[in-house]
Order: sequence, then structure tokens, then C-alpha cells
Amino acid sequence: MRERTSSPKDKGPGTKDKVLGRRIERHPILTFADKDPVSFSFEGRPMTGRQGETIAAALAANGVRLFRHAEKTGRPRGFFCAVGKCASCLMVVDGRPNTMVCMEPLREGAKVERQRGRGRLL
Amino acid sequence: MKTVDIAIVGGGPAGLSAAIAASRLGARVAMIDDNERLGGQLVKQTHKFFGSKAHYCGTRGMDIAVILEQELRALPCAVLPGTSVVGLYGGRVLALASRERFTKLEFKCLIVATGAAENNLLFENNDLPGVYGAGAVQTLMNVYGVRPGTRVLMVGSGNIGLIVSYQLIQAGIEVAAVVEALPRIGGYHVHAAKLARLGVPILTSHTLIRAIGKEEVEGAVICSVDKNFKPIRRTARRLKVDTICLAVGLTPLSELLWQTGCKMVYVPELGGHVAWHNENMQTSLCNIYLAGDVSGIEEASTAMLEGRVAGAHAAAQVLGPSLEASQVITDSKAELCAIRKGPFGDKAACGKAKLAECAPLPA
Repeated sequence: MRERTSSPKDKGPGTKDKVLGRRIERHPILTFADKDPVSFSFEGRPMTGRQGETIAAALAANGVRLFRHAEKTGRPRGFFCAVGKCASCLMVVDGRPNTMVCMEPLREGAKVERQRGRGRLL
Repeated sequence: MKTVDIAIVGGGPAGLSAAIAASRLGARVAMIDDNERLGGQLVKQTHKFFGSKAHYCGTRGMDIAVILEQELRALPCAVLPGTSVVGLYGGRVLALASRERFTKLEFKCLIVATGAAENNLLFENNDLPGVYGAGAVQTLMNVYGVRPGTRVLMVGSGNIGLIVSYQLIQAGIEVAAVVEALPRIGGYHVHAAKLARLGVPILTSHTLIRAIGKEEVEGAVICSVDKNFKPIRRTARRLKVDTICLAVGLTPLSELLWQTGCKMVYVPELGGHVAWHNENMQTSLCNIYLAGDVSGIEEASTAMLEGRVAGAHAAAQVLGPSLEASQVITDSKAELCAIRKGPFGDKAACGKAKLAECAPLPA
């Protein structure tokens, strides 16, 4: 885990700056300890999150807000409640559709994809 | 199959307080929560609580979560985090699913402390990514340290809307405005004053009519409303925001209670459908209890007190009445009564009074 700190994987154009911008570095009340980075992919693109966060939080930190397309209308959807109640954030994780990513812990190497409609198991 | 005296669903302020009260009285308790961490929504509350010392006045919500969890962990209570209740059989057995396994748990009494879910609001494009519940924004910022956006429109000026607006600013995010459909600010003056000092406009008699954006929020259209809350279209104006945050109330998470078959009633003052309950937090089924927001939307202080009442009463039901249990129940009820006499307690008090009027017929 440690050596990855010196060679961040998020080498997309300008993404590193954006990642820093979305992470709260200074806060009058809270301190966010430096957590180990976790590598994962979103739609095939490599991204970096932090240990102990949910997939939804990691995506938000990487500037991803569109998580899926609704079944009937195809309209874009993101998370809404972030506490596992509304089911707006269903994605395909490691091939498993309907994963509620606002509750799903981010794991090293996770393959995260947008879900279309109900998702396919086979 | 394991058997416990009391199964408690939900490890927020109500459930934790119920578990502590019941375990202290000697009941065998299991606490079930779908999160990895206990504390419910307290874990993201960075603001200090009001009220008396007994209600953790001056303590931040997130610290209260730690205090309650430590108290509970020191007691012989089975704690099952990361576990969802997925079924109820014969009114006596819960089906539990965790990441690893599927198990059953038999109980004598059940305390449902599942809390509430955030409401959405009717406006054009209300499903766009970037339209978030106020609680979701709080979770993202205060638990994970991630900014939900750069410029936010807050809808709703109740205490949640005002507090989360202030927390957005603390996280380095701009709040473009707070809109409120009512002609007055809903929350405490002290919270509104903090925002006003920071130059955040609080627009009363205003509403959000449309989110702008194709794939995600790129702006919002707001306008003023007349006395009947009808939007006055000619006053419409655009705000450049990338996030819309909704703080427009909560709805009790009553699914499990519906499933028990207990009497349900619709009480707008309590946030929608709630299980009928008496002042001991007992539903129409004598071994099913509830506490906290699922019994009517209020606040963490009242949730903790309701939890104590439910926990102590259920313990007395299982173990037989005791002086200690009666004491906890009497004291907590008196404190609840005092809080509900306060300036923001009348709505809940009125809702609870409505319940008393529609007591279920004896079985």
C-alpha cells in the first residue's frame, strides 16, 4: 500500500489537481487523517480513492457524479441520500449489478461501472 | 438460532440509548445496524447540541456517537454492525443478512429505531446528479472529507438547512443562497444569524422551480411564491450552482413496522405514516416498540430519551417490573415533556397528542 503514495495512479489530464480540490484539507473542526490510497477503476479509467471510504465518496472525490442511467427514461442518476436508503446510486461493481455504492466500501482493484437500467447478471 | 430478550434495529441515538437502558437493567440485547459504524446520523453532526447537560449540551453530535457506543460496548450487549434486517417471521424471528452470512435471530421484544429518510421535492430535473439530500452532503463532507461541489443552493431553512449551509462554508464551499417557501425562516435564529453574517442570502417566500443541466446540475432557477405557495414565474431567476441541496424534511422509515402488522396511522406532524404508539413507545402489538425519528420526526435529544423509555419498558416486560426501570421511564418521560414544551417542540407534541386520540381498540 505504502509505495503507491509516491506514484499516484491518477495521471489523467489535470485529474490530480481536481482530486486535491475535492478533498477537504483544512477544516475548523474536523481533521481527515492521511489514509492509504486505494486504486480502483471507473469505466476502465484508473482512479484513486482512500482507505475506509465508500465507492460513492471515492467517485465524488474524483469528480464523478453520473452513476447510472434510469431504466425507462435513460436519464442520468447519481446518489441522493448517501446512507443506503434511496437506491439512486446502484452501479455495477466487479460485474455485480445493483450494488448500492453509497454503502459499499471501496476495495483495492475494484472495477466500478455505470449501470444501465436493471443491470445484467449474466 | 440465537434468542435474545430484546432485538434493536438501528444503532443511532434512539437505538443506542435503548440498548444501553435495557442492557443496564439486565436484559439480553442484540443491536443490529446496516452501517459498519454505530451512531446513525450522529457521526456526521459536527455542530454542538443545545439543551441541558443531561442532553449532551455543548457536545458535538459525532462525539455523542462515540460516548454512546463506548457506553454500550462496556455492557454485555451483542452488537451486529454491517447487518441488515431482511425479514420478519411469525412476529418473533428476524432474518439478518451481513456481507458474510444469513442468520436468524429470535426475540421476545423488538425495538425499531430505523430513523428516517430524506424527502425529495417536486421540481423539473429533480433527478439530476448533483441534487443531493442535506444529509448526503453532510456525510460526504463530514465523514469522508469530500466536497460535494463548489457552489451550492440550499432548499429549506429549517435547522438542518441552516446547519448544513454553515458546514458547507466550513468545508470551503460557497452557498449561493438558501431558499424557503414559507414567509419566515424555519430554524433557530442563532443558525440563521451565522449565515447572514457570512453574507449568505436567505430568501423567504422563494422556491426552486428547475434544475438546469443535461448530465448533472449546472444551475438552478428560483422564483418567489405567493401566499398560496404558487410560484410567481415572472420573478424567476437563474443561479449558477453545481449542487442543489434539499433540506425539506424527512419521512419515517416504517417498512419493518408495517411488516409487524401493528396499527399504522398517518400523522403529518410526525412526518407521515408512523406506527401508533403509547407514551411507553409501545405499538399496538405489546412486544413491538419504536423510538426516535421512526416514531415521528424530531431531533437526536428526543430520540435518545425515547430510546431510554423503550429500552427500559421492554426490559421490564421481559424481566418483570423493577424500581430502576420505572425510574428511567419516569425521568425520561418528564424530560421529553420539557423539551416538547420548548419553541420547536410543539409540532411533535401535537403529533403525539393526535396518536393519543386514536388509541387502538383492545385486542
